[in-house]
Amino acid sequence: MHPADNPLVSHPKKAGPLKIFWTRLRKISEPLVESAVALLPIVLVIAFFQLIVLRQSIPNLGQMLWGAVLVLLGLALFVRGLQMALFPIGEEMAYNFVRKGNLWWLLVFAFTLGFGTTVAEPALIAIAQEAARVAATGEVIENTAQAMDTYATGLRLTVALAVGIALVVGVFRILKGWPVQYLIIAGYFGVVVMTFFAPPEIIGIAYDSGGVTTSTVTVPLVAALGIGLAHTIHGRDPLIDGFGLIAFASLTPMIFVMAYGMLY
Amino acid sequence: MEGTTSFGLALLGMLRDVLPIAAILFGFQVLVLRRPVKQPARVAMGMVFVLLGLTLFLEGLELALFPLGRLMADQLTAPEFIYGPAGSVTATVQWLDYMWVYAFAAAIGFATTVAEPALLAVAIKANQVSGGTITVRGLRYAVAVGVAVGVALGVFRIVTGTPLHWYIISGYIVVIVQTALAPKLMIPLAYDSGGVTTSTVTVPLVAALGLGLAETIPGRSPILDGFGLIAFASLFPIMAVMGYAQLVEWTAQRRNRREEQEQ
Repeated sequence: MHPADNPLVSHPKKAGPLKIFWTRLRKISEPLVESAVALLPIVLVIAFFQLIVLRQSIPNLGQMLWGAVLVLLGLALFVRGLQMALFPIGEEMAYNFVRKGNLWWLLVFAFTLGFGTTVAEPALIAIAQEAARVAATGEVIENTAQAMDTYATGLRLTVALAVGIALVVGVFRILKGWPVQYLIIAGYFGVVVMTFFAPPEIIGIAYDSGGVTTSTVTVPLVAALGIGLAHTIHGRDPLIDGFGLIAFASLTPMIFVMAYGMLY
Repeated sequence: MEGTTSFGLALLGMLRDVLPIAAILFGFQVLVLRRPVKQPARVAMGMVFVLLGLTLFLEGLELALFPLGRLMADQLTAPEFIYGPAGSVTATVQWLDYMWVYAFAAAIGFATTVAEPALLAVAIKANQVSGGTITVRGLRYAVAVGVAVGVALGVFRIVTGTPLHWYIISGYIVVIVQTALAPKLMIPLAYDSGGVTTSTVTVPLVAALGLGLAETIPGRSPILDGFGLIAFASLFPIMAVMGYAQLVEWTAQRRNRREEQEQ
């Protein structure tokens, strides 16, 4: 029986063109409204400090409004893309790796993903150059462009290695079902111990490097991978075991960068 | 015309950032897993959306927010603003004079975190996984409160010139204590929320604030004291999310107890 003929199921009247128009409009506008809600605080903060605290007018209002339109559209598109591509890819690959049953390939994948996405990360490149300048000022390295370049590249590779190892440990933890907090607290101890041995100039950069490693494209992918693994492996809870990969990826770079500062 | 060129360049730059990721995914999918991608057209379309969306987002920020935000950070930290037009920086810095700077740090930390796309992604995922118990907005606001407190405290540290590591180590101790007390379900998510807060929107503005302060306050060096704000912004959300989870659990327990007593 065609569902529309089933008398037990109540059916709303066939949607008229106006109703279709409204539902379509809502479907299109909903992500934009969500983006607007996300951006509202920035607009309020800027307006308050500029107009009331600094008592100045807003320069280039037209340009700002145009920028705000781009930001709104961009955020809405990004969220749509997340749900169409990044989330399904991460989860599907997790599922396929578990089905394939080869632990080594999964760990190789985790390392490659961590290393590969971090080494080219623009925020990291910026901070590595900054660190090289600090090292040159502190006379740790020679104050030449070449020495600074070598130092910055070494630092970038160190952080990328740290993130690769973090994802390997994090994936291994999900497979084993270990609670995340023991590993994180152990990592904290590592950071604290290293702080007392590392040269003082590197500490600020090392602490900051933890926060800048995970980019906007990597985060959704890694989160989906973790949750996908926790979903697929029997006895794992997606909330308890699925999250935690990003936490590792922001902790290990601190330790590795301080080690780099000590060895250099 | 100029706008189109800069947009094209931005898109190319974004493509260069995303290409290695796409290559790794594609390589493993085809060579190791040896499976065709499900719904390839949809996935490809989604990747285009991510690429285009992030480029538009960053270009829009560059037009609307970053120049003014950096300018404001400069102006708020300038001695003329803090001590009035006639005043000059005194030898000893009075931390109370910087009230507007703390307020700005907290406000901009909160506001940029709410708009952070990576955090939005994790919040959407947490919402799906928790069956709706964790709301997308609730988690983001909790994290944003953490960043606000963290950045304000980080600015206070730069003003007073106290060592960074003592703050961070104290923070770790609080996190460890909270870990023992907070609901187990929320712990991994709380740890993760530390890493996602600081990316495309927050870092440029917060870094500008830190460097601006370190340059204008006597006795602070931009290269030594300008760093560290991002570390604050990644540590405090962990506390905020666990604190929020504790609060929710605590109020639920109290309500249950009261209901039991009434019966």
